[in-house]
Amino acid sequence: MTFIRYFIITLMLLGAALPAHAQLADTELAALVDALAPGSFKDREAAIGNLVASGDQRAVPVLETLLEGELYFDEASGKVVFTSAPSGKGAIADPITGADLPDLAEGGLEKVKVNNNLRRVLRTAIGQMTLLSPIRDMRLSAAQSILRDADPAQLDLLDTALAAEADPAIGRVMDQARAVIMLKSPDASVEDKAAAVPVVQAIGGRDALNTLTAALATAPAEIQPAINQAIEGLARDRAAWDVAQNVWFGISLGSVLLLAAIGLAITFGVMGVINMAHGEMVMLGAYTTFVVQEIIRQNYPGLFDWSLAIALPLAFLVTGLVGVAIERGIIRFLYGRPLETLLATWGLSLIIQQAVQRIFTANIREVGNPSWMSGSFELGGLAITWNRFYIVIFAALVFAALLLVLKYTAIGLHMRAVTQNRRMASAMGIRTPLVDAMTFGLGSGIAGLAGVALSQIGNVSPNLGQGYIIDSFMVVVFGGVGNLWGTFVGALTLGIANKFIEPYAGAVLGKIIILVLIILFIQRRPRGLFALKGRSVEA
Amino acid sequence: MITQALFRALDRKAIWLVAILLLVAIAVPASNLLLPDGNPLRLPNYAVPLFGKYLTYAMLALALDLVWGYCGILSLGHGAFFAIGGYAMGMYLMRQIGTRGVYANPTLPDFMVFLNWKELPWYWLGMDNFWFAMVMVVLVPGLLAFVFGFLAFRSRVTGVYLSIITQAMTYALLLAFFRNDMGFGGNNGLTDFKDILGQSISAPATRAALFAASAIALALAVLACSLIVNSKLGKVMVAVRDAESRTRFLGYRVEYVKLFAFVVSAIIAGIAGALYVPQVGIINPSEFEPANSIEVVIWTAVGGRGTIIGPIIGGILVNVGKSYFTGAFPEYWLFALGALFVVTTLFLPKGIVGLIGQYRAATTRREQHAPTPRTVDAEPQPRPAE
Amino acid sequence: MTDKTGTMLYLDGVSVAFDGFKAINNLSIIVHPAEMLAIIGPNGAGKTTMMDIITGKTRPDDGQVLFDGRTDLTKLDEAAIANLGIGRKFQKPTVFESHTVWDNIEMALKKPRGVFSALFYTADAADIARIEEILETVRLLGRKDDYAANLSHGQKQWLEIGMLLAQDPKLLLVDEPVAGMTDAETVETAKLLKQIAKTRSVVVVEHDMSFVRELGSRVTCLAEGAVLAEGSLDQVSANPVVIERYLGR
Repeated sequence: MTFIRYFIITLMLLGAALPAHAQLADTELAALVDALAPGSFKDREAAIGNLVASGDQRAVPVLETLLEGELYFDEASGKVVFTSAPSGKGAIADPITGADLPDLAEGGLEKVKVNNNLRRVLRTAIGQMTLLSPIRDMRLSAAQSILRDADPAQLDLLDTALAAEADPAIGRVMDQARAVIMLKSPDASVEDKAAAVPVVQAIGGRDALNTLTAALATAPAEIQPAINQAIEGLARDRAAWDVAQNVWFGISLGSVLLLAAIGLAITFGVMGVINMAHGEMVMLGAYTTFVVQEIIRQNYPGLFDWSLAIALPLAFLVTGLVGVAIERGIIRFLYGRPLETLLATWGLSLIIQQAVQRIFTANIREVGNPSWMSGSFELGGLAITWNRFYIVIFAALVFAALLLVLKYTAIGLHMRAVTQNRRMASAMGIRTPLVDAMTFGLGSGIAGLAGVALSQIGNVSPNLGQGYIIDSFMVVVFGGVGNLWGTFVGALTLGIANKFIEPYAGAVLGKIIILVLIILFIQRRPRGLFALKGRSVEA
Repeated sequence: MITQALFRALDRKAIWLVAILLLVAIAVPASNLLLPDGNPLRLPNYAVPLFGKYLTYAMLALALDLVWGYCGILSLGHGAFFAIGGYAMGMYLMRQIGTRGVYANPTLPDFMVFLNWKELPWYWLGMDNFWFAMVMVVLVPGLLAFVFGFLAFRSRVTGVYLSIITQAMTYALLLAFFRNDMGFGGNNGLTDFKDILGQSISAPATRAALFAASAIALALAVLACSLIVNSKLGKVMVAVRDAESRTRFLGYRVEYVKLFAFVVSAIIAGIAGALYVPQVGIINPSEFEPANSIEVVIWTAVGGRGTIIGPIIGGILVNVGKSYFTGAFPEYWLFALGALFVVTTLFLPKGIVGLIGQYRAATTRREQHAPTPRTVDAEPQPRPAE
Repeated sequence: MTDKTGTMLYLDGVSVAFDGFKAINNLSIIVHPAEMLAIIGPNGAGKTTMMDIITGKTRPDDGQVLFDGRTDLTKLDEAAIANLGIGRKFQKPTVFESHTVWDNIEMALKKPRGVFSALFYTADAADIARIEEILETVRLLGRKDDYAANLSHGQKQWLEIGMLLAQDPKLLLVDEPVAGMTDAETVETAKLLKQIAKTRSVVVVEHDMSFVRELGSRVTCLAEGAVLAEGSLDQVSANPVVIERYLGR
């Protein structure tokens, strides 16, 4: 509550910067506010009337606080004050300027009393002050709050405000609020109710659905069909949004899978080896982010919002170098023996996990979101969190960049050549060992980037990579190798399929179903969706 | 015909191995039961089920070797067959608890009472009968391997693709068995066993008998495997491993050869699992962990794949090492295991047995050098058109 | 085209493309019973792909492939085709390297191919005699207990020919049989193939012109997936198109 109050004060200060509305001098207003404290309820009602008449928006928080029963006054001086904590606790502040009043003591405070009648008066008063406020945002939030509460007692006030309202956006909210009140109110005429139905439907969302459903019970018979129709319409909309929401969750999961799998697909496609330590590269990327943030937190707290920008290249570098080291140190001795490579890299993944556990302990580490990645926004009926949103964008960027690298750079050309025909490429003078090392480095580096992204949506622990490795395999196996688009389609398909099955089967069963479906899919296309075709010379 | 095949299976190495196993089957229980406490040759009570566990692990490694070492199929899901065999045994043991459970329900295991179930699910029916349960130990892993293998081999899923989908299989089963409504006790699994065949499961005599059963089962598995690998079918299996499509052009149905090996292997793994559970006293979904199945691969590789004795040596050796390490330096076990994977694949492609063979060849210089088997036939890199 | 009855191998209008590249383009070839056909042609002419199609490794996009005038080979897989009586020797000799020479022949020996027949198979006296006879023919009897991996390239070629004999096929597809052989061996191979062709159909793919001359059979020259010329070796090698596209000047 306090937060909202400060928010409103801020709004008012903003308002104060605009060409002067009805605004009294601080002392005048203070006198009017202090008049709330003494005397009977009747006197208080009069004082409220005076505040409304003053038209000074700064009175609104005072009235709201009074409505909550949280307004206090100093017994000795009779000054009305705010307290920072409920029940008269905490710091004491001036209700108008917000300035601290350190001279006053908590013990000397007395609550300004309210009764039911006074509460009604207060609600109307606040409604009047805000709905008719010259400040646009104030009016809008007042209209929205009436829409939320839909108190029939506010109807007259609302009508007055509606008549005076010039802003079409606020007018629409007021119209909607009026329609909701109409449907709720037992006194409203049939025509008014009938007219209200389409307006409420237009609001959309779950609240409108609830309002209509509630109204159905009390509505006259003649408008019931209209309400039913509206409910159906809304339910359809809702279902459509649910589908959209699932698609979004699916895309979000798919982009995570894409990030995790794409490096794997490159190494598998070019070198024909499965890197079981790929998940550990992701994990190392996440820990790089963690370390970067720790250093920033301790030394340069101001740079925190830049932590990811710093972590990305570092993670790419760290994991890329580890990848090159693995390739040079182990994998190159195992060419032509993909199953052995699988085992050796698995062993490596155990070692890396254990090493990280020794260094950073097994505890879960939390990596912070920079401010621009926290929170969420709404798009129509969709709720989208910023971190997921940016990860989708990031995955798309990484994918696009990789496509460009493969298509337009020398190393990309060499990599494609080796993918298609290793021996031929080697005969053409391409240094396949170098290409292998670069490929492995690139694949691992991308895993590191994935780790930076994943640190933003989950906790970081030494077995972070294990959670993604099987899913990444599934993406690669499903999408096929030798074509990045296979990975892309594979990741998105699996992500979306997962999120569509989940609501019906639950997360675990959904995953099992997906695994079984992939196992069955492999029967039809043993080399995945986008397999390279051709005469294989293997005999 | 069959007697001839049996006779052929008993080559000299297999006879030695079976003889040693039978000796162990007698010696270990005898030492534990007959020798008085304090005799230096007496095995302590705790050691009997521990050694029995190693034998079941060795059997699992042997099962994997049949498909990987001889047929070139690297299954990363063999732990699943082991676990399923174990669950079948666990179900029998659960039904033997009877009214001694916490809720004293005569038919329902505790976890079902806890979940408010009113009657046994259909797949628990009959599991109170030992022989029926034993049939399930063989049948269920065999059937799963048959269905999975039929689908996979018919459509020629090979190499790392096959490895990955076997891993997906065991992962899917892991997730499934974690669910409470599957009726297998969720993540707690099945435990608190009391009796097996009317004997207390913790009595030294029962444990000795279980150990002997494990040793004998392993001996039988050795017999079965050497019968297979010494037959013409075994040669065809190796042919499939080394040059799969060439074998096809000879007219052999590679998919059926693989399927046979896979099913037999799954059954051996299932039996191993069934013997494992009463000796460790618990079976839970973690047995399905993909990591466990990969660990089995390293047992086989360390011992020496493509041999009968290799996986047995590897299974026992690695697990003894694991017991020691996890006791003495728990934080270094994963380092050791990881290093084992790397070192074995890099420097010991034929395992300990191969090393001994090389040593022998180097000392005698007369025996002909067996070629290094190429395990992988299908290269995953697609080639373009001519 | 000619009547398909009475043919051993009948290819009509066969085409296959890999990612748009036409490896075989409207190819038609006929082989009669007890006839030898030599196929020559430049690299990339589609010779090996043709063999892949006949043996079921590659499915044609279009066209008819019949065995014995009636069996549609495009519907069968490799094992079924092999069991019909079509044996293949590969360009690169592929023998089972971790088996002995003897075991290689034993596996190829014409016997029931089922899993359980193989499991309980024991070589009887007749089988042993047959294997010895084949090993004698390919001159590997002395090395019967050696691992195939330890054979020389030419010996592997012979072993593969031996495996082909053991299969007792009606139609033999032989891809570059004399690569890596000495001149004397080449002559021997030609003799052996001619001997075989008295009772069976043989298709030989070869680059070695003197070997092809030795065979003295009908010759078909392939180029770019289609038949360039047909006839005796003299006719074909006199064909100006063949000279330009394959033999060179």
